[in-house]
Amino acid sequence: MMKKPRISSLYLILVFIILYTPIFYLIYYSFNAGGNMNNFTGFTWEHYRTLFSDQRILVIVLDTLLIALLSSLVATIVGTFGALGISGHKKAATRSTLLTLNNVLMVSPDVIIGASFLILFTSLGIGLGFGSVLVSHIAFSIPIVVLMVLPKVNELDPALLNAAQDLGASKAQTFWRVIIPYITPGILSGFFMAFTYSLDDFAVTFFVTGNGFTTLSVEIYSRARQGISLEINALSAVMFIFALLLVVGYYFVNQYSRSRRQRQKRHEQAEVTLR
Amino acid sequence: MKKSKQFFMVPYFLWIALFVVAPLLLILYQSLTDGQGHFTIQNYLTYGSSSVYLKMSLNSLWYAFLITVITLLISYPAAYILSRLKHQQLWLLLIILPTWINLLLKAYAFIGLFSRAGAVNHFLMFIGIGPKQILFSDFSFLLVASYIEIPFMILPIYNAIVQLDPALPNASRDLGASPWQTFRLVTFPLTLSGVKAGVQAVFIPSLSLFMLTRLIGGNRVITLGTAIEEHFLTTMNWGMGSTIGVILIVMMFVIMILTNDRKKKRREVLDDEKATH
Repeated sequence: MMKKPRISSLYLILVFIILYTPIFYLIYYSFNAGGNMNNFTGFTWEHYRTLFSDQRILVIVLDTLLIALLSSLVATIVGTFGALGISGHKKAATRSTLLTLNNVLMVSPDVIIGASFLILFTSLGIGLGFGSVLVSHIAFSIPIVVLMVLPKVNELDPALLNAAQDLGASKAQTFWRVIIPYITPGILSGFFMAFTYSLDDFAVTFFVTGNGFTTLSVEIYSRARQGISLEINALSAVMFIFALLLVVGYYFVNQYSRSRRQRQKRHEQAEVTLR
Repeated sequence: MKKSKQFFMVPYFLWIALFVVAPLLLILYQSLTDGQGHFTIQNYLTYGSSSVYLKMSLNSLWYAFLITVITLLISYPAAYILSRLKHQQLWLLLIILPTWINLLLKAYAFIGLFSRAGAVNHFLMFIGIGPKQILFSDFSFLLVASYIEIPFMILPIYNAIVQLDPALPNASRDLGASPWQTFRLVTFPLTLSGVKAGVQAVFIPSLSLFMLTRLIGGNRVITLGTAIEEHFLTTMNWGMGSTIGVILIVMMFVIMILTNDRKKKRREVLDDEKATH
């Protein structure tokens, strides 16, 4: 099968080099004492010091994180109920219509989402700023939460719910003790995806942000248009580490829910053999 | 139960009405009215009779096509090799990681790499070609856009290749097909669904990458996205901007119909990938 393993692995290595060169190039020059991204003249922490004493950037970072956290929380709650509602519909046609509507924002290009939200806010007379950005982020995060939670809801065995009610659980108890724990892995993934979407978004925010309020992506855009400043390089290094932590965190969340499921399975099997 | 459930569903339905249906209607309405709110198809007439708009749209399609072809040529072999490795989950994670880095930062990195005295020009001088103006050209826009889209092409193709039953290519080989024949007649047709999903994931966003045309293309490349952004935020001609938006939406539907066998978009494709970890 693998006639030329060398060529194929060389090719893959090349692809990885291409993927990572720009990122490490940025990080490398964030330590450059010379003020540009061309000649490395000496090592310095100076750009990191500038970054961490830059009040404006720090406020923007906090705003960006706040938007990401709030929007993903709200989107998770709305989206989870949305997923429960979609799967609760009896007619398959209704379900698929709802799902199509749900996916419209997933397939639309960012520019369309941004432009149409801008029209929406303007026609409703809502001022642009923190509020409009937050609402937009909630809006484009909801469909992904639904898509992450829905498979879990569909897996839910109706016998479980019947059993809970036969055993005298109230509706609220069934909901909190049976349904929610079962679909928690989906909810967590949904929250996580919503969080990263919000952090990553540029185009939609750019349209609805107005003058007073800025997120990190928009700030990087306006600074990059003015040319190179190694403070952005330092920022990118910090963000790379943050992304790395997020990926690792997500990986472990998944591992955790998977291993918990496996443990449960093992428990079930053990019980069966005991009997 | 029913009633309480419906009560909790209210925000979700409100969201569908306000943020899915209303924006689409509004953008259509905006494109069909003039400044005073009177119905008019003037915007569409202007669009259809202006060589500037038509050329821009064709150009945008052409660039999106080129970006899709470049990423496909790079990604298919990469996905194929990936599917034959040990520790695939780890390698996949490494493919996904760059997509978690803010797109603006990656674009910014290329401003440094491609600048007049940047690393790429150093390399060109070193191999004797001499420095070239790379930044702010359509060439650099193609390169950077392809760079950004590569992971979104690799992942769906990889998924399709992994799902392919290895017995099929083996059988083809046993029956005397050459490796090239096996690839052309068995492996590729059977992984076409992944290619289609990847094309969808790359082509549609490529029509609207306005930040790259600004930062890397130096306004030499105008995509549909750039035009929309300009009409909405610079010239404040929302009617025309919405018209181009409607045309972009129509193109999106055409592409989705053409590549319609698994309705997946980049985000979903990626999420599937992330979800499997």
